[in-house]
Order: sequence, then structure tokens, then C-alpha cells
Amino acid sequence: MAEQKIYFGNLRPKRGTIHIDKSRCKGCGFCVEYCPRDVLELSEEYNQKGYHPPHVKDEPNCCYCQLCEAICPEFALFVTLKEDEEEEGEKTESRP
Amino acid sequence: MSKDVKAQEAKNPMEDFLRMDRIPHIWCSGCGIGVVVTSFVDALRKSELDLNKVAVVSGIGCTGRVAGYVKLDSFHSTHGRAIPFATGLKLGNPEMQVVVFSGDGDIAGIGGNHFVHAARRNMDILVICVNNFNYAMTGGQVAATSPLNANLSTAPYGNFEYPFSLPYLADACGATYVARWTCLHIRRVTMSIQEAFQKKGFRFIEVIAPCVTLYARRNRLGDGLNLLKYYHDNSEIRHGADTRTLDIEYQGKMIVGKFVDREKPPFLECMNTHMKKALGDKYVPYGE
Amino acid sequence: MKKLKADPKGVLTGAHYLDGDFAIAEGALSAGCRFFAGYPITPSTETAERFAERIPFVGGIFIQMEDEIASVTALIGASWAGKKAMTVTSGPGFSLMMENIGLAVMMEAPIVIANVQRGGPSTGLPTLVGQQDMMQVRWGSHGDYKIIALSPDSPQECFDLTIQAFNLSETYRVPTFIMTDECVGHMHEKVVIPPADKIEVVERKWYEGPKEKYLPYKPDKDMIPFMVKAGDGYRFHTTGLTHDERGYPVINAECQDWVVRHLNDKITKNAEKIIKYEEEQTDNAEVVVVSYGITSRVAYRAVQLARKAGIKVGTLRLITVWPFPEKRIKELAQKVKAFVVPEINYGQMVLEVERAAAGKVPAILVPHCGGWVHDPEDILKVIKEAAK
Repeated sequence: MAEQKIYFGNLRPKRGTIHIDKSRCKGCGFCVEYCPRDVLELSEEYNQKGYHPPHVKDEPNCCYCQLCEAICPEFALFVTLKEDEEEEGEKTESRP
Repeated sequence: MSKDVKAQEAKNPMEDFLRMDRIPHIWCSGCGIGVVVTSFVDALRKSELDLNKVAVVSGIGCTGRVAGYVKLDSFHSTHGRAIPFATGLKLGNPEMQVVVFSGDGDIAGIGGNHFVHAARRNMDILVICVNNFNYAMTGGQVAATSPLNANLSTAPYGNFEYPFSLPYLADACGATYVARWTCLHIRRVTMSIQEAFQKKGFRFIEVIAPCVTLYARRNRLGDGLNLLKYYHDNSEIRHGADTRTLDIEYQGKMIVGKFVDREKPPFLECMNTHMKKALGDKYVPYGE
Repeated sequence: MKKLKADPKGVLTGAHYLDGDFAIAEGALSAGCRFFAGYPITPSTETAERFAERIPFVGGIFIQMEDEIASVTALIGASWAGKKAMTVTSGPGFSLMMENIGLAVMMEAPIVIANVQRGGPSTGLPTLVGQQDMMQVRWGSHGDYKIIALSPDSPQECFDLTIQAFNLSETYRVPTFIMTDECVGHMHEKVVIPPADKIEVVERKWYEGPKEKYLPYKPDKDMIPFMVKAGDGYRFHTTGLTHDERGYPVINAECQDWVVRHLNDKITKNAEKIIKYEEEQTDNAEVVVVSYGITSRVAYRAVQLARKAGIKVGTLRLITVWPFPEKRIKELAQKVKAFVVPEINYGQMVLEVERAAAGKVPAILVPHCGGWVHDPEDILKVIKEAAK
């Protein structure tokens, strides 16, 4: 579990929650390939059409870039911003 | 606890722009048209246009089905005739922002003449041409944009005809905005469409997209991911490049970017200005 | 539909000396047509020229498109933008327009197309009269559908019937055709244009209910769906594919059955309201001359001579050519000896007369293959033969 670093006092990297509509997926693999943080992978399960939809394998790493949402041809993925929670994070003086 | 509920209630922001009763769409796994539609919707959202005044006109073909999926005033016309349809629509109601969303076969093949004249007239429409190098809907026949030596169902021993360079054609005919991207350039396609929305006149954006079931299969190019990798490795952004140098060889380098961005008064403005000068006060202006 | 008075801006009230082509343009402007997309073709070009001259003073669009295919498609786009739209053409252009006439039928978009017929086939006789597209206007596009076609016999009728064509097109949401010919088109005669408040124009049935409940192709009680225009927030979809009430494509046999029956029945079941013809002395006629357009004027001379010779001749002049007045022909077939059908083609409307007569009496064609009008003597000869 990655620690949420806090930079410059109170700057945090954004984190996202990925919503996947498994029934729409056609297993093209674009989202998996182009996620910059390797958050997604094709699952073992089948959807109704016989494709392997993706699933989130590393949720805390999602940085809300929304690339998967933009590149999905099936309108099956979207990302919502995780609300700010009061988390105990390691305060660092150093730059990222 | 409340976080989970909120997450469950979250709606895909695309849904406001799509006819959800027709989703999932008919395009194949790995087809790039859905990506272009997503980029288009993103541009609509970011441009904050009045959606009641945006109309989408499509022709026939895989890309031609776009009109059926967007929740705007949309028209699915006959093969190649999306551009004159859009001309009539725009001139009939000049307030509309009319977008022609169609494929390379529809726009540059059978619709070639209409493309040339609408650009010449500087008709105030935005044309988004999804280029997958073949006539996909009917089974992968050779198109006016198919690269030399590609294998297609009506060129089963390889294509020996020279293809069009669509940005060159658009530029030569007088378009005010010409850009080419691949569907992998998702954010840049969105930005181009946004820029085009702010301009007037004939605006043309070519988006190269994979056709997995026909073009890629016949030429053994792999699936959507393989084609996207080819776009990634072989596309080079050269804004302002000379449109005469934009030919695409089979599996060769693709030059993308914004090539033409100029100001030229559109058809209605030309008409009103000219008639006012010619007829003075007696002229009844239109669409102002 | 709303019945309104004509917009006075487009009405050139007064008595004028115009040719048929010009009269069509004036009729269009009087009817409220503010969008014209055309392509020059002899002998119809004068209509486009007249419209181009007049529209800057009325307010609207004239655009010369790159070909006839673009012209008719632009009309459909303008129709969906709420405009009354028209084009004019002749034989070769008419053939080009066929595919998109089918689109207008399928989308139920009101448009008006005038065909100033000339000799055919192919390039044929560009500057000389013909009436050779009468079947083409009915059957030209692929698929099962019905249209409305009118046939004026004089520049005055060109004016009047153009207004009627717009009204019919708006009422029934179907492409309506004005099938004139080079002779009437280039003939100069007196045309009286009444004041605007005496001209009745009809606008399509606009939908005025709640936006979420709008179904673009749900037929109303009179079988015609309500129409909207782009930009009013209805976010509708319309397509040339076989579609259901929502306007979405549905590719199966049931939907096809529904669409085909709807497109055809809306004309057939309203045919009585649409059909117009002019009958004269048919009550105890032995022979009835069925004619239309310029031929009816020539035939009238033959009819005069025949009556002088003692033959009881009646005339039936078709004003609406399609839907064809088969009921009336059937009725007359019970009483007369024969129908004589002169037309400037090698036999087109005579086939309809024959069909409607159902073998009871012969329908005799007096053909003229085009290029000139009939010699009344030729028609007289056939009338005399038929009366024997």
C-alpha cells in the first residue's frame, strides 16, 4: 500500500476511483496498455459477450489521469476523483 | 460508507451525450471510432456549447453510425451526401454548429465532389473524417485513401492506385482549419475539435483509426493494440507542415498535427457582404 | 397543419407576362419558399435564375450546388432546419436526384422538385418538349413508396400549382413534384398573382408537446407524424435506414412492414383529398380524352373539331398525375367506348388509364416521341376511330 506523500505542506497527488461497466467491454486492451501506472489488467472472468473485461489491480496507484476513460472505445470506463480524506501522510520537506 | 454509495451513484459523464438506449454500439473490438467519439464528446463538454444548437450529420459506413449514438439533433443521410445535407442544414438554420462525422470512403470517395465544393465555398461546417483506409462496413474494399500495396477485398493482390492525402486536398480546396491526428492522440484530437469549434468556415480534421476486422486482418497487422503501437511509433507531430508532404505509405511514417489555421469569411458572410455592396439598402440580409 | 396567409414579402402581386419557369419561381416565393438549391439544366434554368434574382430582396438562400445530387440533399437538410425548400431540374438531373428523393420519402421531409421535362432518354433533346418522365416520377427511386405529382398546362397554372405543391408537401410530408415541360416552361403568358392575403399557404404540423415524449415518426390521427426542426432542443435522430417511431434504425421484417405500409398508406388513404382533375362533357361521352400538361391544350383543339363533327367527346385533364384518379377512370370506363390518351412519350400514363379501365374499354395511345407537340389532326383521327 503506497503511502500518500504530502508535498509543500499540503499538496497531494490526485487519486481516482475507476468505474468499469463490464457488460460493455469488448476486451480490446487499450486501457490496460495505456494506463501510465499499470493500474488495470484484463481479468480472468468473462462478460456476457465472452470478452475478458479489465479489473483494477492496483487501485491506490491510480492518479486520476483519466487516460483509460478517454481511450476506451466502448464508453465503458470512467474515473471519479477520490474525495480528500484526512489521512495521516508522511510530511516531507524534500521535493518530489 | 458514504464514499462507496457516492461511488456507486456516479454516472459516466459520457451518458449525457449519448443515446444510452442504443449502447453498446456496433463497432468491433479494437475499432478506433469509439475513441474518436469519446474525444469529440470531451471537446463538446469542454467547449461549453449549447448542445441544442449542435447537429451531427453522418453518411453511410462504420463512422456513419456515429449520428445514431450522439444525443444531439442527428441525421443519418445517404452515402457520400453528408456534406450537402449539412450545407442545407447550416444554411437553413445558421445558428447551428453543424458537424459532419463520416468515414474516408464516404467523404473522399463517393462524396469527393461535395467535399471539394463545400471547402471551396468555405461552408461553415466542421468535418471530422475517421480514416481507416478502407470501406469497412461493406467488408474492407479499397478506398481512395488506401495506401499503395495494401491488401483489400477488391484489391486482393495489393492496391496499385495512388491514395489521396486528405489534408492536402482540404488545404488545396480552401479549408480554414486542417489537422490530422491518429485516434491515439486522444487529448490532441479533443483540442483540435475545440479549436475548430471556435473558428468559422470549412474546418477539416482527419483522424486515423484502426480497423481491426478488415484492414488489419487482411494485411495481418494484428489487433487494435498492434495498430495503436504502430501509430505510436510512426506518427510524428509537425505543426504547420507543408500539406504537400503528408502522404502515408503503407505502414510508413504518418505526419500529424495542425497544418492549416487561417481566417477566411464563410459562405454566408461573403453572401451578405457582397449583396449589401451590390444592392445597398434593398438587400434583405440573411442569417445575421 | 397551420393554414396561413402568404408572406407578402415574396408575393409579386399584379398581372405579369411571364414564362412557365419564371412563374414557378414566383409561385415558390409566394408559397414561402426561402431556400433554393439547384443546378442549371435546360430548360429549367430560368427558374433558378429568377429565384436568384429575386431572393436577395425577399430574404433567403439561393445556392447553386455542384450537381443535382447535392441540390436535392441540401433541400432535405434545409427542410429539417425548418425551411420550405425547392429545386428545379430536367430529365438527366432528375435521374441523378432519385436516390435522395428516396431519402426524403424515408425521412418524411417536405421538399418540392419541379421537372421541366424534355426529350429523352439520356441527353436527348435539351431544348425541346417531352413528357417522358411521368412514370419515372412515380417509380424512379428504389423501394416501395408514393409521391404526389402535379401537371400544369400554362404559366398561370405553373404559379398556382407550385403553391399547391408546397401545401401538399407540407401537409403530407412527402416530396411533391411539378411535372411541367419545356413548352409550358418557355411559353410566355399572362400570370395574375393575387394579393398575399388571398393566397393560402400551409405549414407542416409542428410538434408542441413535452420534449421528452417526442417521437419523430409516430403517426397522428391523419397518419402524418408531427415534425420539429433542428436547433429547438428535441435532440431527435432521423435516418434513411428502416426506422421505428423513435427514428432509430431497426433492421428486421416487422419494422420494414410498418414503414413501407406507413409511407404508402399515408398517400393512398388520403388520395381523395389530393386528387384533382378537370372534367368536361363526360356525362354522355362516347370517347374521353385523358391528357395533361401542354398536350391537354393541343388535345382541346382536336376535341373541338371532333365535337363539330358530331362525336360526343369528353375530356379529363389530369391536374394531379400521381396519385392517379383511378376511381374516376373506372367509373367512366363503365360508360364510354374508349379512352384516348395523347401524350408526348411512347406510352406512360396510358398504362395507368389501361390499368384503371381494367379491360372494360380500350385505352388508345396517341404517342409523340418528343421534340414538338402533337398535330391536333393526329389526335382527331384517333378520336374518330375510337368513336366508331
